[in-house]
Amino acid sequence: MTIYELLPLGVLASSLIPGIIIFALPEPWVGVRTALNLFAAVVKLALVGVLLAGVEAGSEFGVSYTVLPGLELVLNADPLGLLFVTLSAVLWLFTTLYAIGYLEGSPQRSRFFGFFSLCVTATMGIAMAGNLFTFFIFYELLTLSTYPLVVHRGTPRSMRGGTIYLAYTLVGGTLLLTGIVWLHNLVGHTDFVRAGILEGLGGAYAGQLKVIFLLLIAGVGVKAAIVPLHGWLPQAMVAPAPVSALLHAVAVVKAGAFGMVRIVYEIYGIEFAQSLDLLAPLAAIAGVTIVWGSLLALFQSDLKKRLAYSTVSQVSYIVLGIAMFGPMGTIGGLVHLVHQGIMKITLFFCAGNYAETLGIHGIREMNGAGRRMPLTTLAFSIAALGLMGAPLTAGAISKHWLTGGAEEAGMDWAVWVLWTSSALNAAYFLPILWRTWLCKMPLRWPREHIPSRGWRETAWLLLLPPLFTGAATVAVGVFANSELSPLAWAQLIAERQYLPVVEEVK
Amino acid sequence: MIDPASALGLSEILLALLVALPLAWAVLAFALGPGRSGWVAVPGLALQLSIALQLAATAIDTGTAIHHQVGGWGAPLGIDLRGDGLALAMVLLTQVVALPLALYARLFYLGRGEEEAYFWPLTGLLVAGLNGLFLSADLFNIYVTLELVGLAAVGLVAAGGKAPQLSAAINYLFATLLGSMAYLLGVALIHGAYGTVSIATLTPLVTAQAPLAVWLAGLLMLVGLMIKTALFPFHGWLPPAHGGAPAPVSALLSALVIKGTFYLVLRLWTGPFAAIAPVVEWLPAALGSGAILWGSWRALRATRIKMLIAYSTVAQLGYLFLIFPLLEGAGAIEAGVMQAWAHGLAKAGMFAAAGVLIRATGQDLIGGLAGVVGRMPITLFAFGLAGVSLMGLPPSSGFLAKWLLIEAALIQEQWHLVAVVLSGGLLAALYVFKVIRQAFLAPPEDVHLAPVPRNLEWLALALSAASILLGLRGVELMALLVTGEVG
Repeated sequence: MTIYELLPLGVLASSLIPGIIIFALPEPWVGVRTALNLFAAVVKLALVGVLLAGVEAGSEFGVSYTVLPGLELVLNADPLGLLFVTLSAVLWLFTTLYAIGYLEGSPQRSRFFGFFSLCVTATMGIAMAGNLFTFFIFYELLTLSTYPLVVHRGTPRSMRGGTIYLAYTLVGGTLLLTGIVWLHNLVGHTDFVRAGILEGLGGAYAGQLKVIFLLLIAGVGVKAAIVPLHGWLPQAMVAPAPVSALLHAVAVVKAGAFGMVRIVYEIYGIEFAQSLDLLAPLAAIAGVTIVWGSLLALFQSDLKKRLAYSTVSQVSYIVLGIAMFGPMGTIGGLVHLVHQGIMKITLFFCAGNYAETLGIHGIREMNGAGRRMPLTTLAFSIAALGLMGAPLTAGAISKHWLTGGAEEAGMDWAVWVLWTSSALNAAYFLPILWRTWLCKMPLRWPREHIPSRGWRETAWLLLLPPLFTGAATVAVGVFANSELSPLAWAQLIAERQYLPVVEEVK
Repeated sequence: MIDPASALGLSEILLALLVALPLAWAVLAFALGPGRSGWVAVPGLALQLSIALQLAATAIDTGTAIHHQVGGWGAPLGIDLRGDGLALAMVLLTQVVALPLALYARLFYLGRGEEEAYFWPLTGLLVAGLNGLFLSADLFNIYVTLELVGLAAVGLVAAGGKAPQLSAAINYLFATLLGSMAYLLGVALIHGAYGTVSIATLTPLVTAQAPLAVWLAGLLMLVGLMIKTALFPFHGWLPPAHGGAPAPVSALLSALVIKGTFYLVLRLWTGPFAAIAPVVEWLPAALGSGAILWGSWRALRATRIKMLIAYSTVAQLGYLFLIFPLLEGAGAIEAGVMQAWAHGLAKAGMFAAAGVLIRATGQDLIGGLAGVVGRMPITLFAFGLAGVSLMGLPPSSGFLAKWLLIEAALIQEQWHLVAVVLSGGLLAALYVFKVIRQAFLAPPEDVHLAPVPRNLEWLALALSAASILLGLRGVELMALLVTGEVG
């Protein structure tokens, strides 16, 4: 095996193997577990760093393995995959720190961290999958390993959330599988290839290909929470905060959105998809989801639920970008994949902090929280402003490219959708900011678990992750033009994989 | 280097040993009595497993079937053994499942001398019968092995000795005898028509213009074997028998015994009756679809954990019979054998896990499993992994089986089969998560779990994990299947 094959495997193994070991660790071995978790997260980041440098320099990393004759597991660390890998690996480190603080003293931590590592492994697999078959395997693995985390608390409410989650995702998986086997039957393989694999089939298959597209998009659309397949996401918020933060704001929903990128660009090919008239309906669904999610968020009184509906809305920004026929939209969608992750995880970290520190769950209970927890609230405010698209934040960059893409593609309505959503974002976030900063503190908090000591408003491990990601929200916005920004990477992907295609069309 | 001729000579002897060895340790086990008999069965099974592996490797290497004429007498008088890819794949499955289950049974029966006294000899007969069934090359010898398997299986169910087990065993006995009779009648009709019972000789003789007696024979044998496989709607005997027996027995019966008769239907269908079978090819598939839907529904309604698993077997059997309308195209046999392996390993693991759960909680209601996840994570994980394979979710052999089946159905545009397979997977998810969900609930305060040997848990996990791992490496099994396909 060469280093080019080992590195992608190492990225998988660096969470899979620690996960398996963690399962076996006795519950009281807190120190060993913590050390192993952090060690794994750091090793993974290091491996990803090497991969990034290698790919930037033009090397190709990949490995394949035959499962059945004609059926191969393929892992490819291409620029697009690495975008998602890097996002997940970085956020995994922060979430691990956060989870260690969050779950301190609670039961069944070995199980929790074990499945958490499995989820991350599945996410890495999804990101690096080189064909739909491999994608599907990790996609379902993600479903299965998330379930025990959703029902972690074992209460009837969490069981209900878990059942709803499974109902949606398993049905989605079934649709996806149907589409994949069908494609495999037609083409003989399901490899992700620049410009797609279907153009050679000819016009006679157009009808079938449209049905397959519907099956595939519905399959990944469940995880991406596009309307009307979004019902599971708010219910899954019964999970502990680190799960909501990493999995339901980033890994799971992004897995769906990422799947759409692969399907549209590398199975169908953007040009071919356009010629089959598949992009316009996809864009329309994304538009509906963006507005509908934001509208529903407005009516939630529970903080985590409001954030969940906000996720529903925001993930479809990515879908909208994908469905735009043009490089600017592509870049906008891809960069939002990263930006939304950073911003939304910050919000969920903060929501967890309010709940853990003061027992705050509802938005009405948040009055004056900014005075009691200024740092947390600062991070929250930055991320919220970012999602509205405020200048100097990650959100502004996303919106700039997305609106540019919409104008380029001649989709004026999409510009309106984006502006409406920003307005709605403001409508549901600004009242929260108002309450936290400007309203008076109550005499007693709902349940104050962690007393404040000096300027340390809550436990270290709970405070640092949102501060980091909050700072990152600003950093990726301000330094968007540097070579190391997500935007630069998204442009690299677009250049290497899509721009040539699009230019040929022009 | 061993020259091919002598390697083949060795293989022939090994083929016969696969039947002789379990008979030998069955007798020894009977003589030694409980307690010590496990000590002969386990090495015996280990030896059989290595033989089966060796034979499979030889078959893949040479690409031909292995033949053996017992005592040098060939057809039509003597006993012919023939190990082609299909037969060897099933033999291998039998040994792969039986060995861990024997280890499991040794621990399970610890300090239960009376039940154990019957278990080992009967298991030896059962395994000998199954190996003989897979390897026999003529219809009459197959009948003998069928009876051996059937009676040993009934004996194993009855050995529990409680009233419900006895009544289940009696029902099972009637079903299996009825099936054997129908089969034997068919064999007699065939012999009357062609004067031979050798599968190889018969195959070119039977044509679509065959006399009515042959058609009747085919139908009788098909129905007889369906009864013995417990294919819907002949499944009534199965849930009480499999659900009522002790865990190691349930596992053996669900994982292996019913696969024997399925194999036989497949063997006859692709062999002697290949010319006339297509007329009724819709029948097994229709019944199989019924089995998937009805079995899953009943599993979902079950309140006892082992009944749930037994009805799941009824459902999973259905997939095996979906392949019959697809046999003319590519990939159907592969799908069937993969499903037999997937279900064999997963169901053995699931029954083994259920045995541990029942032993620990002291009762067998699904409702009594609350909080088990914290106390017995290994066992629940074993149950879950087996469930993943039964649902057909990746990565697992159950997933590959479903993939192959869907693909075979799509090639022939049998959309209804695709729909059945997919909905069957979702139904399986419903009943599997019914158990898992319960185990995740917070436990009541006063729950006490009896201590269970740790290795029972690990063996259950090993079987389930094998079902998962096969999902990552199916190449060898597929290579084995195509050996000796012609002739």
